[in-house]
Amino acid sequence: MPTDAAAATLGRTMTADAPARARRPSAPPGSPEAAGPWGDWIFERTTLFFALLVLGSLAGILVALSIAAAPALETFGVGFFFTNVWNPVKGIFGGLAPIYGTLVTSAIALLIGVPVSFGIAIFLTEMCPVVLKRPLGTAVELLAAIPSIIYGIWGLFIFAPLFGDYVQPFLTQTLGRVPLIGELFQGAPNGIGIFTAGFILSVMVIPFIASVMRDVFEVVPPVLKESAYGLGATTWEVVWNVVLPYTKVGVIGGIMLGLGRALGETMAVTFVIGNAYRISPALFSPGNSIASALANEFNEAADPVHRASLISLGLVLFVLTFVVLACSRLLIAQLARGEGRST
Amino acid sequence: MTKRADSPIYRRRLMVNRFNLVMSMATMAFGMVFLIWILAVLFAKGIGALGPSLFLQTTPPPGSAGGLANAIVGSVIMVGVATLIATPIGILAGIYLAEYGKNGWVARLTRFINDILLSAPSIVLGLFVYTVYVMNVGHFSGWAGSAALGLIAIPVVVRTTENMLQLVPASLREAAVALGAPMYKVILTVTLRAVRGGVVTGILLAVARMSGETAPLLFTALNNQFWSLDMNAPMANLPVVIFQFALSPYDDWKELAWGGAFLITMTVLVINILARTIFRQSAVR
Repeated sequence: MPTDAAAATLGRTMTADAPARARRPSAPPGSPEAAGPWGDWIFERTTLFFALLVLGSLAGILVALSIAAAPALETFGVGFFFTNVWNPVKGIFGGLAPIYGTLVTSAIALLIGVPVSFGIAIFLTEMCPVVLKRPLGTAVELLAAIPSIIYGIWGLFIFAPLFGDYVQPFLTQTLGRVPLIGELFQGAPNGIGIFTAGFILSVMVIPFIASVMRDVFEVVPPVLKESAYGLGATTWEVVWNVVLPYTKVGVIGGIMLGLGRALGETMAVTFVIGNAYRISPALFSPGNSIASALANEFNEAADPVHRASLISLGLVLFVLTFVVLACSRLLIAQLARGEGRST
Repeated sequence: MTKRADSPIYRRRLMVNRFNLVMSMATMAFGMVFLIWILAVLFAKGIGALGPSLFLQTTPPPGSAGGLANAIVGSVIMVGVATLIATPIGILAGIYLAEYGKNGWVARLTRFINDILLSAPSIVLGLFVYTVYVMNVGHFSGWAGSAALGLIAIPVVVRTTENMLQLVPASLREAAVALGAPMYKVILTVTLRAVRGGVVTGILLAVARMSGETAPLLFTALNNQFWSLDMNAPMANLPVVIFQFALSPYDDWKELAWGGAFLITMTVLVINILARTIFRQSAVR
């Protein structure tokens, strides 16, 4: 009884919470000594159980997807990942085209997204007036809150027509004439295709990369920056020669996080990529990604091998993102450890 | 001093600095342009579809009038059930990580896995629920949809609960323990209560994230043209309806899709801002 009251009072003083007493459990007096150890034991085991549930879910996903993917992998072998056929009528499947599309759209997303995120992070940490820091930081994070399907519907009906009418012809006529890279900027200028998907993905990953970069930039000890400023360095020189080297592990971690996001993005890509099982160097031509193939075909796939093939693609996607995200976490954790050692 | 300011090296450094800072501002503007552009389009296209019929009528066959009532209700039910499943699991697992496991290998591994699940592609989580539940039961259902959404929410709740609990000063725990309170009582009535604002923030962020998820529902809840509250049958939901209607050739379906898109985005943004406000107020306390 006294423990209850004390704990409740403590809770009240710490959180300024009035109705604490009303919710006090009606345990019989003197019971804490008797029930305490058991209560503790049960409670600890319960929390442990749920922690293990979270821990096990990853392995569960891997096992369940592997079992469901087995029929396709048994039929087509390892060649499934390296052949470019997708013929539901004949029942022959090879996942190279969607895997290629996933990798290429994500690469485009990073090529555009990383520099932009870097700029945003510099702006928010080094240049932004203090009053604007929070609203602008929140605005960037809201970009991540907009659901994927909204990017898709906006991308298809608003962005793609404009992009196809104005930007694509321009790019084809300028960059498209440069030898070597000119091949990339070909294709029908209708706004739909791999490049559009990559571009919209870049907008979607910017908030993730930018907020990691901003967070790691902010852990740089002010003394380091002040010393550089004291020696007469400009803001850019401080960022490039002091902040970036100090945080590069975390920055790479942030980029990997963005990559993990880009690889698995579904709805936005499904709307604009064009859904064609095709591998072509021309970025303006339609393609397919693992996620969009799943979203488009899964419910229409009646043939078990077709379905298993799609699940195999899902398994590839999961393993791919697992590796990328694991690297990202390890890098970010390494930066946090290094910071702990130096201070 | 003036002599140095005139030197070409110094001038070049200043130019580089100025150019890069202007570029940095341009990138910020780039990000904001897309935020404002998307929101403006949603307002322009979505407002027209708003009206009482949007909330009162069910999804129509092509060519006739209707609303999104069944999809809105389906979404609310599935997100609600998923929240009810995910909240206790997430909070208890978060308590283990912060209060019991700490730096043991179980806790460290769980933290690592949880961080990966936090960013894992939602479509794969939907596929997982399909393979273990839908495939065995033989039909799509609202329960499966809730399970997939719950899988998305759990890591968010675990993460915020753990982070918040770690902010509680050790002296508060020690004071409660010194008074003779058993550990579970200390956690439930002292530490967890001290950070409940933060925990609520985590739950709200999870709800916001679930409300917009489309991909996992495609393989689990699917969709339903009719009014249905049966969790054991395919269930209508806003994201999948938007997906199907937006890609359809019918103009009235497309307009409903824009209305739904507007509704979802506003819900998600309002919940997000609400969560931040709650968090800030509880932090001030």
